[in-house]
Amino acid sequence: MGLAPRRSDPSGEGFESAVAYEIAKRLGFEAADVAWVPVPFVQSFAPGDKPFDMYLTQVSYDDERAKAVDLSDGYFDQNQTVIANADTPIAVVTSVAGLADFKLAAPVATTSYQYIVDNIKPTQSPLVFDDLAAAFQALNGKQVDGVIVDLPTAFYAVAVELDNGTIVGVLPTVGEIEHFSVVLSKDSALTSCVNAALAAMKADGTLKTITDTWITGAGAKELT
Amino acid sequence: MTGRKSANSSSGRQRDGRSIVIATVSTVVVFGLLGWIIVSAPNWPQVSAQFFDPELFGASLEDLIPAFWKNVQIALIAEVLILVAALGLAIARGAPGPALLPVRFLATAYVDLFRAVPGIVVIFAFGLGIPALDLPGVPNDPTFWAVVTLTLLYSAYVCEVYRSGLESIHPSQEAAARSLGLSHLQTLRYVLVPQGVRRVIPPLLNDFIGLTKDTVLVSFIGVVEIFRTAQIKSYATFNFTPYVALAVVFIIVTIPMARFVDRLAARDRARSQTGVR
Repeated sequence: MGLAPRRSDPSGEGFESAVAYEIAKRLGFEAADVAWVPVPFVQSFAPGDKPFDMYLTQVSYDDERAKAVDLSDGYFDQNQTVIANADTPIAVVTSVAGLADFKLAAPVATTSYQYIVDNIKPTQSPLVFDDLAAAFQALNGKQVDGVIVDLPTAFYAVAVELDNGTIVGVLPTVGEIEHFSVVLSKDSALTSCVNAALAAMKADGTLKTITDTWITGAGAKELT
Repeated sequence: MTGRKSANSSSGRQRDGRSIVIATVSTVVVFGLLGWIIVSAPNWPQVSAQFFDPELFGASLEDLIPAFWKNVQIALIAEVLILVAALGLAIARGAPGPALLPVRFLATAYVDLFRAVPGIVVIFAFGLGIPALDLPGVPNDPTFWAVVTLTLLYSAYVCEVYRSGLESIHPSQEAAARSLGLSHLQTLRYVLVPQGVRRVIPPLLNDFIGLTKDTVLVSFIGVVEIFRTAQIKSYATFNFTPYVALAVVFIIVTIPMARFVDRLAARDRARSQTGVR
């Protein structure tokens, strides 16, 4: 079975690596059967044979996306989160409306940009970067005031990537709650098996245990 | 062909008729076969849905055309700066005499450097690196740095185009100008530059087309222009149709420019062949 994570991580350390091994186990594979292949994001949805069976890189479910690939049931419900440098004016903002006057950015390939445009409706046009590294560099260069990412990424960024980073707050859900899905080839025979495995993991609490082990949700204030 | 037609013999007309038939048949067969190979591929339905979704194509164009305005602005402003800076560089590279060696050296080093380093690296260095220094008074707007970077990069190429134009003027003209008492700068201004630049207008326009396309590089430092807009739409839908729409926009914009360059080049050729200048 081939897996494609964003950072090739065969260790089982980290949330998605742990989820992937657990799904594989429930499909009857030993840990040693799991092979990891690095895949650029764009290849995850390109038509044709895919070099992986499952792809887990915090891909949010979307009806349009589901026309091109199979997207499993969710394995994590997520909210958009604002991160910024501590000691800047945006760091003390408490409401979504309060964000509109700041220069915001998001990494491309995320639902965060759409959230900015649709819900924050900023007065200055937001910037979009290829990856987090570029977005954080812009944050350091004061080219942007805040970066919108998903919550797990926000915790990772503040803990590891940013010297002076802080979580401004978690943005409220608009419409349906967003969830991360496993990406599989369109009409893959594995999709129903993965969904069954996820359902079982939810039912017996394994998914919650994995989530609590790797993702600490505590300490982020909610924006109103 | 024209020679044959002017002969106006009936066998010539027959040959013309036959070649039209042959050309039509071969075109239909070649493109028909190519089309059939593509459409009969086992995965064509999915590729077709993910690259040529008509509804998404229309929706993409609606977003792409306003975003393209950003590219047009960047290209036009940068082009003006490039034409000026590159001419300066070309003149500096041809600066005469031992005393001006440092000028020649610096200009040559500049051209070597900016032709060697990939554009994307220069964009990152200037667009994200310099603003991070937090120097007072230095702008941190990515569009500003996009224009600066493209000017730096393209000046190096355009400098070489100018130089080839200047060097194509026969040395006797410079000698004649100098013997009339014109200084080196006056010789450039009245003799070499006007003639040299006219000769390189087609390659200059060629570089302008390249510049127009390279404006998409600025998406890497955050500017939401046409490429980034297409990418956002593509990633949101897991569909490549927005990129096809982007390609169509660039084709529509650059083909008239390309034909214009062809016409200029043909005119130039006709002139030099008849000896008229």
